[in-house]
Amino acid sequence: MMVNIKPKSGAHIGAKASVSHIMWQVMLALMPATIFGLWLFGWPAINLFIITVLSAIFFEAVCIWLQGRAVKPVIMDGSAILTAWLLAMTLPPWAPWWVGVVGSALAIILGKQVYGGLGQNLFNPAMLARVALLISFPIELTTWANVSPLFFSNSPGLIESWHITFSGIDNLDAMTGATTLGYIKTEFSQNHLLSESLKDYSGLLNFIGWARGSLCETSVVLLAAGGVWLVRQGIIQWHIPASLLLTVTVLASIFHLIDDQHYVSPMLHLSSGGLILAAFFIATDYVTSPNTPTGQIVFGAGCGFLIFVIRTWGAYPEGAAFAVLLMNSATPLIDYYIRPRIYGRDRQGKPLEITKS
Amino acid sequence: MLSFFTKSRIRGGVHAEGYKELTSADKIVSTFPLPKTLYIPLQQHVGKPAEPLIRVGDKVLKGQLLAYSQGLISSPVHAPSSGIILDVNDYPAPHPSALPIRMIVLETDGKDEWVKSKIVVDPFQLTPEDISLRVGAAGIVGLGGATFPTAVKLNMGRENSIDILIINGAECEPYLSCDDRLMQERADQIIDGVRLMLHGMESDRAVVAIEDNKPQAFYAMQTAARPYPLIEVIQIPTRYPMGWDRQLIRYVTGKEVPVGCRSSEIGVTIHNISTAHAVHNAIRKGYPLVSRVVTVSGGAVRRPMNVEIPLGTLISEVFKFCDVDLAQTARIIMGGPMMGDALPHTGLPTVKATSGVLALTESELKSTDVQPCIRCASCVTVCPAGLRPVDMANNIRMNQLDAAVDLGLKDCISCGCCSYICPSNIPLVQYFKYASGEVVARQQAQHKSEQTKRLMDDRNSRMERIARQQEEEERIRIAAKAERERIKAEQAAAAAEAVAQETLV
Amino acid sequence: MYVLSAIVCLTLLGLVLGLLLGIAGKYLKVESSPIIDELESLLPGSQCGQCGFPGCRPAAEALVDGKAPATICPPGGSALAEQIAALLGLDLDLSAVKEPELLVARVSEATCTGCTRCFKVCPTDAIVGAPKQIHAVVADACIACKKCVEVCPTECLQMHPVEVTLRNWRWTKPIAVFDESETGSALC
Repeated sequence: MMVNIKPKSGAHIGAKASVSHIMWQVMLALMPATIFGLWLFGWPAINLFIITVLSAIFFEAVCIWLQGRAVKPVIMDGSAILTAWLLAMTLPPWAPWWVGVVGSALAIILGKQVYGGLGQNLFNPAMLARVALLISFPIELTTWANVSPLFFSNSPGLIESWHITFSGIDNLDAMTGATTLGYIKTEFSQNHLLSESLKDYSGLLNFIGWARGSLCETSVVLLAAGGVWLVRQGIIQWHIPASLLLTVTVLASIFHLIDDQHYVSPMLHLSSGGLILAAFFIATDYVTSPNTPTGQIVFGAGCGFLIFVIRTWGAYPEGAAFAVLLMNSATPLIDYYIRPRIYGRDRQGKPLEITKS
Repeated sequence: MLSFFTKSRIRGGVHAEGYKELTSADKIVSTFPLPKTLYIPLQQHVGKPAEPLIRVGDKVLKGQLLAYSQGLISSPVHAPSSGIILDVNDYPAPHPSALPIRMIVLETDGKDEWVKSKIVVDPFQLTPEDISLRVGAAGIVGLGGATFPTAVKLNMGRENSIDILIINGAECEPYLSCDDRLMQERADQIIDGVRLMLHGMESDRAVVAIEDNKPQAFYAMQTAARPYPLIEVIQIPTRYPMGWDRQLIRYVTGKEVPVGCRSSEIGVTIHNISTAHAVHNAIRKGYPLVSRVVTVSGGAVRRPMNVEIPLGTLISEVFKFCDVDLAQTARIIMGGPMMGDALPHTGLPTVKATSGVLALTESELKSTDVQPCIRCASCVTVCPAGLRPVDMANNIRMNQLDAAVDLGLKDCISCGCCSYICPSNIPLVQYFKYASGEVVARQQAQHKSEQTKRLMDDRNSRMERIARQQEEEERIRIAAKAERERIKAEQAAAAAEAVAQETLV
Repeated sequence: MYVLSAIVCLTLLGLVLGLLLGIAGKYLKVESSPIIDELESLLPGSQCGQCGFPGCRPAAEALVDGKAPATICPPGGSALAEQIAALLGLDLDLSAVKEPELLVARVSEATCTGCTRCFKVCPTDAIVGAPKQIHAVVADACIACKKCVEVCPTECLQMHPVEVTLRNWRWTKPIAVFDESETGSALC
């Protein structure tokens, strides 16, 4: 005779998904854009990426060790790696090594562990770290390397890349420039109109990702492909990306139609900065987004609205990180007010009226 | 007609891996060897337990009434085979706790001799009330798992004038295929049972709903129902928990049953196909409910099958017949793997509600490696009742039960979708079951504390009254004594005066 | 001039608001005594004294004065502690609270002499009987105050844990993340 010591409740069987499975699927979806980004910006980018991820693992391990818990299973759930991965993707590609280390420390320690670890944080750790870095080190965080793909003549070699990563870029002006959004912002400040500032702009190159920008957020096509795949896999829901992108597109279209010399086109909005990355991979972070479909639509729309406002009228050229953080703080509120209707009850929670035909 | 039903009326739910093919291809086995002893619980239904009317040592025949129903909502129990009553006492119940419950122990004599019963020639000549009466007397309860006495439901249907009788052939639980096989092999009998139920409820429309993963059952039922235009057989999408009565009602009629109401109040009644089959047996053949088809399946079962067994058969006997590898068995489950109960051992009897007995291996079970919640909201997406399991569980973990009740704890149906889908393996349903029990316990404690106070107040006032009474008596006594003394003194004074006067004279 | 007017304005503002607050404090004052009654009604009322106070009323007074923690009442367990904490707006540390073991008094028929001492002390009249006859405990009314145990001359009255039956069996709370020491099921 066999005896179960403790009664276990149903469901006795379960879907074969786990936290680490979800994390690895997201990383898989990020893979094409990441590989493209690393290739596009060469060895210094690869250095930065590896440093960021490794230091995140290190900080996570230290925190877990200090709590007296088993380190290995927590590292293996992949959440720290994913956070660092997303953070690295949004850093300037040739940023010095300590940017990655400090960023990881901020993300893991301040963004996640002080709240109580996985699932407890109010703000998206990667975005928290990115914003903290941007405010603390504005120069390093806005130094955008030129496109210099691996195996091309202008790409720095392995040795040279170590020099760039560990002691800085020597020939700043030759190697760096502004991102599209940053350039437009600067041009506006000099009272130039869009038609002159965007003379050299190529929409196609931006869509492929052949442009200056953060490490791996330049390629709209690859990021969108990864995001759509995630939706198809059922890892993320379509609500946040759709409402976010739709809000930005609609707002941008309206203002662009009213005044096409001061408001950039929706296509440029969609193809620049971290919009696609934020829509599919950052705003959809489970922990910090609402948990009802309606709430997610509100959240996505809020993010989109704030991104557009910050990009158009704010002091910073790119507002994805700020927008996501602001909406993160609204998530508990959204979850409190937007609840699904319970079966047999109306939205206020009162039992339905008896309807008999 | 079908296009009308393709409108999305399902909320939540999961696509659970079926594993029905383990048992759904083979015929129902009817050669189960009669066990030596049967353990028949007196309560196999919702409501009051039945009251035994036999004595230890009595000889009974198969189908003989062993215990009668008492109260409005109750159901009788019959002898599953002929033999001698060994004992009426407490034995472990088929329940996760395996705590004792009152049972009749029957030693079978191997003859399996039926008690004589009168068979009705044309049951449609019977009054609807008579149908209910016979269904009730046969001990039929909802065989889908709810075990609500069917006769009571028929009566309620008659009182509320039912527009539509839904026959639940969804069988959405994974592994189980007993309803599927029953529909394939005994479609005519089931349809006849449905007609009898319609007659018993004085209703004239029935819809048999079958999940579309059972095409053969669907065709068999459709063929059987063709002569009767009152009965419509439809296919419904395969999505657990499609067989939840309220989900099915919403899907078929588009109406929701308001919280706190019975479905008959909106003109709908729902019965399981096995129940319809039992109704047919009871009225056409005069057989009370003494056996049922049970799915025996799971990774540790070497001969998985659907088998007809007498009620009260111990699981150990069933497992022996189906060649279960107990060394491989990690969990024994009565019912389906989503809502069924895990049983601690095999020495427990099968009952009317037992649709399946599963012996699952470790690899089939949901992992117990609990990870932190990542708020992925899958549980919110899959909840068919529209709850937010993540927030409810968080509140319960922090012991904030009132907050969990506000979030809709009482509307949870324990369907298990949230536990099934949770990537962090959090036992959400157990949180809810714990909290529901705790809420009830607290209410009882509250009630008891109020009673206690009332009792103590009563006692105190009684004590006071007694004390007052004693005081009063004491006072009267003292007064009386004083009076006596006064009189005595007066008399003494009078005497003294008399003496004085005498001396004066 | 500007500075002067600002100072005057702010001072006046402060005075007016202070006056308003003072008036509000006087007229909208919450009487403190009802909370003691409310607390007392929450407490079991069995005057068992396990908290160290002579009865439930003094315990309620101590709670209001902040001299006792919300977890003061052992028979109430965590459920009562939560209610008290919610009523008084206290922080709650439930780590030290032990769930009270449910007990019920039972008379052993063999040794009961029918002395009636127990039902004279029973605060809820939960013990019934007559002189020279065996007494019995009405389990539903017993509050486990143990007063009868103290007076019983033959030790036939004893406290027993309430028996777990299918009627009062409850699911246990799942073990929270990270302190899961027990895995799966054990075979024997």
